[in-house]
Amino acid sequence: MEEMIERIKLKFNAKDINRQKATLVFFSVEKKDLEACVLYMKEFEGYSNLTMISATDWIETGTFGLTYHLHNYKNRTDVGIKTYIDRKNPSMVSINTLWAGARVFERELKEMFGIDFPGCPRVDDPFALEGWDNLPPMRKDFDTVKYSEETYFPRPGRSTKDNVTQMEEKLYAVEAEVKKGIAKTVRKNK
Amino acid sequence: MTMIGEENKNEKKNFDTELFCDAVPKEVPRINGIIQKFYDWAQANSLWILAFGTGCGSIEMRPLYTARYDISRFGMAPRPTPRQSNLFIISGYASVKTLKRIVRSYEQMQNPKFVMGLGSCTVNGGMYWDSYNTINRLDHYIPVDTYVAGCMPRPEALIAGFEDLKKRIKEGRAEGANEYAKNFEWYKANQKKVIKDWDMPDYNW
Amino acid sequence: MKAIWNETKEYDLTSGKYVKIWQGPQHPGVTGNMSLELLLEGDEIKWLKTHVGYLHRGFEKLMERRKFINCFPIVCRICVPEPDTNEYLFAAATEELAGIEIPERAKWIRALNLEMARLGATIMGLGGQSGSFGLGTIGQWAVAHRDFLLDSFEELTGGRIYHMYIIPGGVRYDLPEGFEGRLEKTLVKIEKLISDIDKVLFNNAVFKSRAKGLGIIPKDWIEPFGITGSTARGSGVNYDVRKDHPYLIYDQLDFEPNVGTDGDVYARTEVRREEALLSIRLIRQILARMPKVGPVRTRIPDIMHWKIPAGETYVKAESGRGEYGYYMVTDGTEYPRRVHVKGASYTHAMALLEKLAEGVTNADIFGLMVSLQTCPPEIER
Repeated sequence: MEEMIERIKLKFNAKDINRQKATLVFFSVEKKDLEACVLYMKEFEGYSNLTMISATDWIETGTFGLTYHLHNYKNRTDVGIKTYIDRKNPSMVSINTLWAGARVFERELKEMFGIDFPGCPRVDDPFALEGWDNLPPMRKDFDTVKYSEETYFPRPGRSTKDNVTQMEEKLYAVEAEVKKGIAKTVRKNK
Repeated sequence: MTMIGEENKNEKKNFDTELFCDAVPKEVPRINGIIQKFYDWAQANSLWILAFGTGCGSIEMRPLYTARYDISRFGMAPRPTPRQSNLFIISGYASVKTLKRIVRSYEQMQNPKFVMGLGSCTVNGGMYWDSYNTINRLDHYIPVDTYVAGCMPRPEALIAGFEDLKKRIKEGRAEGANEYAKNFEWYKANQKKVIKDWDMPDYNW
Repeated sequence: MKAIWNETKEYDLTSGKYVKIWQGPQHPGVTGNMSLELLLEGDEIKWLKTHVGYLHRGFEKLMERRKFINCFPIVCRICVPEPDTNEYLFAAATEELAGIEIPERAKWIRALNLEMARLGATIMGLGGQSGSFGLGTIGQWAVAHRDFLLDSFEELTGGRIYHMYIIPGGVRYDLPEGFEGRLEKTLVKIEKLISDIDKVLFNNAVFKSRAKGLGIIPKDWIEPFGITGSTARGSGVNYDVRKDHPYLIYDQLDFEPNVGTDGDVYARTEVRREEALLSIRLIRQILARMPKVGPVRTRIPDIMHWKIPAGETYVKAESGRGEYGYYMVTDGTEYPRRVHVKGASYTHAMALLEKLAEGVTNADIFGLMVSLQTCPPEIER
């Protein structure tokens, strides 16, 4: 595994190497290197199984983080290859020719994040949603509570309790009492 | 993969009215007297369930049909088609995509028909109250005769719900289908607000 | 890869040779709530397209706006027949990122819980498999016997279907007194059920003639499609997360996953039968070897404001249907940044089923679908 990381560093200039577990490593490459890197991992390092492709919305930096999870059946290790793409015009090269299963993941990302994968068959078909006309729902700037309240006739009378007070009152009644008492004494002494 | 002769999906479809009738439903007035009482008694004792697992509550329906809870004792049975059934159990949350199918299946059922909302999600959205894809209140889209609360309700709770429904039918209070006919415009407006790509006739049976 | 997919075929719907029909979501044969769009020539399926999304609840979005502890009641609802894998994986991911060690006894109880859930899902799957070929009796038996197991769950956790038993730091309660003996009685009943299933299902001429040779998955499809679990083991690939990436205490147990050879529906069903027996053996081993006393949870200070340091991880476990994975990204706040769930049947039900269905008759498609153990709520989440 260590040698593999060294090779990747040399070949694709991998950064942010995160050795999460003995059998799991994350690293990030440039967007243009990604397809070559994935192909290299598949053909030469034995990472022949694509577990999934996931995306993370980093709205603060204006990027989407894509993570390609690969698995090696021989030495039983996993890698997560990360890359960052622009959030304004998200588009990524499709890898459906390398793995047949990738077309499902790419179709889902297209719908949930709006990331385009040109060339992937059926990528424009709706996956889980039907007749969706709003922002892609998994983006951070899509407010699901507001959408739900505007659209779905919420039943009045739903009260939200703060979990902390609820738990204190229900489970740790004595402790809550003591805490209140201490706060009271502190206030008095002030 | 190409398909020749498949209609363009973006075009508005022309429905073949030979296959269905799109007249809006009419109210069925109750007749007073002993005959209506007999009807109610008969309807209450022959509830056939539409086997459409719309949500995760359908996992508790299987024990209900099998040896342990054995719903056949009460004269009920699962039926595979809406044409043969008169009790529609909405088993749990309904996403928008499923709601479209629920409305269609409900309209295809023949009178007398009853709806039971199963689980907290049909009452007020339950656990998914803030989700962007599940409806909150089922009774805004189709009339609901009785609710069984809980997540998920036990089979015993369902049996208690059936008893409640039977009582309501015998008292003549389970008038969901008539409600639907009476407030048809309101129900349709609500349904069309949620189902964005409405591509079916307004009523079909 | 190009040999697997043939995109150049043309079907002329106007010729009258083909019929296009929809099956599901309102169809008793479909597992869960999904629909299939079929193109038939006579009784033979030429082309199939799966439509999912009828159970989409946006779990990953909901988790992003709930605190870590609030996510636990939600995650178990991702998979209905076997919810405990989700709870375990979410707990494992948070514990790994927060750097929490759980007590030894809690690990054993978690493994016990997972094996019980797997056993329940497996026997229900066997019942569904025979039901899809028209042998409804076994479905009745299996569901009735699963109910005994649900009773054990109720005694252990308080819930029949959704347990919310595994929490960060361990499990919620210790085993009740005398639980082992009552669980053992249930296991004996289920063993009896499996010997009955042998007589009625595996020796049944109808099942043999229909399931043998149906939906064959060649060994070299395992990697391109990402097939895992009993579906892969039915094709002769010995891949089991419990053995290959031991989590919890699976490295201290003696077991060998069962592997089939033919890769057809019959082989997968046989593997699943062995899996049920394996789960029973493992439950007995766990009960015999687990430490008899000890704490069952580590207390996490201020769990309602539990902040997990920034990081990311991928954890996986073997569910009854295959490898189940959770990818979690945290950013140092009280909320997860991103949780991505890789359901076991994600690619099985979509890409693989679409491929396998070509040439299968319309009557057999649901037997094939059940044998791939499709579970719609974990596909669309």
